[in-house]
Amino acid sequence: MWRLLQIELFKISKRPRTYIAFIAIAAIVSIFQFAFKADGQSYMDLMMQSAKEEFTFDRVQAINGYFMCYIILNTLLIQVPILVALIAADSISGEANMGTLRLLLSKPVSRTQLIIVKFAAATIFTVFLLLWMAVTALLLSIVIFGTGDMLVFRTKGEDSQIMLITQDDVMWRYYAAFAYATVALTVIAALSLLLSIFAENSIGPIIATVCIVIVCTIISNINVPVIDRNIKPFLFTSYLVGWKGFFYIGTRPDGSTIKGSLENWPAIRKSLLILLAHIGVIVGASVLVFRRKDILS
Amino acid sequence: MKLLIAVILGFCGASLQAQDADGLIKKVKAKIDLVNNYEADGIMKTNVTFLKVPEAQVKIYFKKPNLLRIKNEKGISFVPKGAVSINLNSIVSGSQYTAIDAGYDNIGSVKTRVIKLLPTDDNADVVLSTLYIDEASLVILKAKTTTRENGSYQLEMIYGKYIGYGLPDKLTFTFNTKDYKLPKGVTFDFDDGSNNQPAQKNKNGKAEISFSNYTINKGVADSIFK
Repeated sequence: MWRLLQIELFKISKRPRTYIAFIAIAAIVSIFQFAFKADGQSYMDLMMQSAKEEFTFDRVQAINGYFMCYIILNTLLIQVPILVALIAADSISGEANMGTLRLLLSKPVSRTQLIIVKFAAATIFTVFLLLWMAVTALLLSIVIFGTGDMLVFRTKGEDSQIMLITQDDVMWRYYAAFAYATVALTVIAALSLLLSIFAENSIGPIIATVCIVIVCTIISNINVPVIDRNIKPFLFTSYLVGWKGFFYIGTRPDGSTIKGSLENWPAIRKSLLILLAHIGVIVGASVLVFRRKDILS
Repeated sequence: MKLLIAVILGFCGASLQAQDADGLIKKVKAKIDLVNNYEADGIMKTNVTFLKVPEAQVKIYFKKPNLLRIKNEKGISFVPKGAVSINLNSIVSGSQYTAIDAGYDNIGSVKTRVIKLLPTDDNADVVLSTLYIDEASLVILKAKTTTRENGSYQLEMIYGKYIGYGLPDKLTFTFNTKDYKLPKGVTFDFDDGSNNQPAQKNKNGKAEISFSNYTINKGVADSIFK
């Protein structure tokens, strides 16, 4: 298994498209950093709305590395599923396209083993992608903008809130958020892998994955009560942004924040478990489908 | 004839009471004027419906006539813009107002003299200030101010060690707030399924500052206020 995984990782590292994802992330992050360095105040004014007329605060200090990373992740984690799909959707369909699938399965490797190794390789790629995001969006932003207390702007139902997290309470939230994002993106990797079993080339599964993510994301954010109640809880896209829960800090009845606390840990845990269940079901389905796949025709 | 005498005495009485109000304000102002500048440590607690912020350790700087700065040296603090009025000098400075005696009222167990200040300038932003003054200590315990453009605000002061300078140990500043709404579709928030009913709209915000370590009349650089 380990040897097989090494081979899979080697194959991924040799594909040019692997590096497209890393280059795309670096480019998007750089553009954000440049834009905020040049005119971050405009964004801050937009987010502050009427509050800027009533309160004074240090806007320069507010645009720091922690705030930047949150803004970048907020935007990027909608696009990253596409980048994950680029690799994961190629797992089986790429082999089929090149004619190596039959050759591969003629080796003393079970189909279950092969699917699990392909899934593990896609997961490792996802982890590296997120580590790259952590380096560029968080560490590089800290180098450029420095550190400080972190502002989080949030809409909760009909209300809008501004939360402030002190700088000594931020980093553990990022560790947790990146770990959660790894699980969330692994669901996409599993979905792409499943779809790639049905195709003979990788374009189809990539497009199919992207379409599923886009449609489900729209449904998850549509805010129609009947959909919220009956459909939204069953869509994995409703839980992809659960990483933000780590930045919703707990408060006392008087509104003051409690350092080191989370507003709703049970909800985050539930989301995490739902995502893990999705991974289990999708990977299980992939194994079942692949074991029955006719590779001779 | 008796009626005429009664009217004249009544008029004189009212005039004397007005002078008393002016006199009391002058005495309070004289006490406030003892402080040319100060620097103090403070702990600021902000309670506004849409703001979720921790208690902040702040530095408060004041310089006559009305320069005031509240600064969080370790991080970010949201300071209400009207907080400049926590400098009582800004309320009683100048003489462009008419002081009207409005009797007595109790703040806690302290009997206070209530004096209303009406600006003589028709275009002044402040429409009315009501001061609750402890006559024995010559300090303002509570001040309510109504403005033309910036709503109403209220100050409540608790005095201790620095009562001789008219500087409070604790100050509660209550002010009007507007609705805060983020533009739709920019945040993509995590719906954790918790109660998403709108919070009760409390139009008043509150900032509490507990002062300590006053350094009085030792000079404060102008650059602090820039």
